[in-house]
Amino acid sequence: MAEIARDAPERMTAADGTPLKAALARAQGRARRRAFLLVAPLLVFVLASFVIPIGQMLHRSVHNPVFSANMPATTAWFGANPVGTEPDEAAFAALAADLAAAAEARTIGAVGTRVNYEMQGTRSLFTSAGRKADDLEAPFRAAMLDLDRRWGEPELWNTMRNVSSPYTANFYLAAADRFRDLDGGISRVAPERQVYLTLFQRTFLLSALITAICLLLGFPIAHLLATLPLRYSNLLMILVLLPFWTSLLVRTTAWMAILQGQGVLNNALVALGVIGDDGRIALMYNQAGTVIAMTHILLPFMVLPLYSVMRNINPSYVRAARSLGASSWTAFRRVYVPQTLPGVGAGALLCFILAVGYYITPALVGGASGQLISNLIAFHMQNSLNWSLAAALATLLLAAVLLLYWVYDRLVGVDNMKLG
Amino acid sequence: MKRFLFLTSALASLAVTAAAQEITVVSWGGAYGASQMEAYHKPYQALTGIKINSVDADNPATPIKAQVEAGNVTIDVADVEPSDLVRLCDEGALEVLAIDELPDGADGTPAAEDFIEGGLYDCGVGTIVYSTLIAYRTDGTAPTSTADFFDLEKIPGKRGLRKGAKYALELALMADGVPPAEVYDMLATPEGVDRAFAKLDTIKDQVVWWEAGAQPPQLLADGEVVMTTAYNGRIFNAMISENQPFELFWPNQILDFNLFVIPKGAPNKEAAWEFIKWATDTQRLADQASFISYGPARKSSAPLVGLFKDGKTEMGPHMPTNPDYMADALTTDIEFWADHDIELNERFNAWLAS
Repeated sequence: MAEIARDAPERMTAADGTPLKAALARAQGRARRRAFLLVAPLLVFVLASFVIPIGQMLHRSVHNPVFSANMPATTAWFGANPVGTEPDEAAFAALAADLAAAAEARTIGAVGTRVNYEMQGTRSLFTSAGRKADDLEAPFRAAMLDLDRRWGEPELWNTMRNVSSPYTANFYLAAADRFRDLDGGISRVAPERQVYLTLFQRTFLLSALITAICLLLGFPIAHLLATLPLRYSNLLMILVLLPFWTSLLVRTTAWMAILQGQGVLNNALVALGVIGDDGRIALMYNQAGTVIAMTHILLPFMVLPLYSVMRNINPSYVRAARSLGASSWTAFRRVYVPQTLPGVGAGALLCFILAVGYYITPALVGGASGQLISNLIAFHMQNSLNWSLAAALATLLLAAVLLLYWVYDRLVGVDNMKLG
Repeated sequence: MKRFLFLTSALASLAVTAAAQEITVVSWGGAYGASQMEAYHKPYQALTGIKINSVDADNPATPIKAQVEAGNVTIDVADVEPSDLVRLCDEGALEVLAIDELPDGADGTPAAEDFIEGGLYDCGVGTIVYSTLIAYRTDGTAPTSTADFFDLEKIPGKRGLRKGAKYALELALMADGVPPAEVYDMLATPEGVDRAFAKLDTIKDQVVWWEAGAQPPQLLADGEVVMTTAYNGRIFNAMISENQPFELFWPNQILDFNLFVIPKGAPNKEAAWEFIKWATDTQRLADQASFISYGPARKSSAPLVGLFKDGKTEMGPHMPTNPDYMADALTTDIEFWADHDIELNERFNAWLAS
């Protein structure tokens, strides 16, 4: 009897005689596989539509192989000779051969554009040299300088050396209004060209302002929604959700009709005699326009998380505070507000992150002073076609948002956030 | 009877094969896209049975770059601006066209000579000449010179300008007294660029910046601006079709082309080229002028331009190519913009944000 009891743990078997441990592991493995198969479509979707594109964007911001792929001989010369070497006859011969080959392959424009990103006005230097590269003869140095004096400039050779490496941090430098100078150091660009840092700063300030206004406006609405009897609060809820369901473009255009100089608001003010006909207020094509329209558009993102949190706050806490002698203000401040913090955190974070990436609304109502960093990202995607710079700017924006999220986590704790 | 059946089935099968073919044409949409639909797409579809899928884009050059880079081209024909054409062509993103296969003009002029200078490239065939110029409301003070655009005392009120270095810098220099022929030489120097920005500075806080071609007529109609730069076709449309009180100021107009191109690796390259050859012949280009006030890129088309589709408006005075308007016109320098586009737009963006 005692012997059986000692042996029992090793002998424990399932109904079919296999050891229980193995049978359990198999059953759990099956369940895990089934669970994985269930989420597999989502996983594939997230990978294909989110992780891979973002990875590609990150990669593109540091990787631009246009020069090294199309100008192999020149790139090899840069590899063999250290920084500061005067370009010799071999260098010019390599350059001439590459130019001829690139012109033949019709990639000369791409090469010129790449160099032009770093040194302005050099694109046509490449394309025009490409057209004549077939006729170049030794000595190549003299022949190239004959074509255009600029081929001898140290700055040009320095730029070509810079861009000859397929992996580069130069787009990040450009995104921070900086560039690599002749000595290899990092300098700021001329004051009349500095734009990105200003815009990053403006984007974060305006987003914070918009988030704050959303909170101020959204808090009372959410409180009202949460405390009204259900049949009234449902009606109010529809009023909150209606704009939420309307197209962003439609809402922005509606604001244009309201805010413009000859718009509804100004006309009403003039009709009421508040302002004169020549004293119409500029509410659009400036920062005011961006702030007003974006606040309205982002308001539901603040109201909804606040509402869902407030709905679950037990009113007896505030009643208890009051019955213990707290004034209504104290009860509100010390008992009610702390309980809404998870909703405030979620709403503020949601509003802020959405605001940082906004681009259609500022483009339409922002004018010159209401532009945000995403408008320049769009500019580089669509107009200048400098996708590497667009990717670098977008990556910086993403990094800043992640950093903020981290700070928020440290200060408030993400677990405290409640979205609904 | 048997023979009849045979014939009809043969015809039917022919029709089926023809109808099965289709090409995708990407253009700019709006009144311009509609004019291409009327002048090129519908007649071509009726003539050949080839189905034309018309797609609109903010700038058709952007999807070309994206598709060629991704190696998945679905566009057969695209309508692009010359600066994008030159850039895409040099980057190898466009097919090189057999330009000498283009039909002669109706008057027998070889195609190479028939197109207005700047309307024919290795990779593209011009369709229209359009103009960027000053438009104003007739119920306000009319400008009498380009300088008036920058004169806030003579004509107070907001002005509309296209958001971008192109057009704004040229206009500023011409308003500052630089003759059209010297504008690009001047802009190639740092002093010239400074001078242009200094001129723009004088009206900076009175400018409403527009991006899409549909905006300027809207801004004028709403009374948001007293005058604005605009594409002449959009203003024409508002004046004639919508009876808006607008007028165009033709001196110092800035001329540009639009061109048809075929992206590298287009799925129906041959059919696309057949379409372009047909659509850019003398008659078709003249036809298009009946639907929108953009000038035909072929000289031989000019005499064939007739009435607007409303049947009463003579198109001649609305054509940017009208000899009366050409004397002090400025033609956009494509090479200049291909070279300086990025530099000047960076400066412009920084200037705008400061």
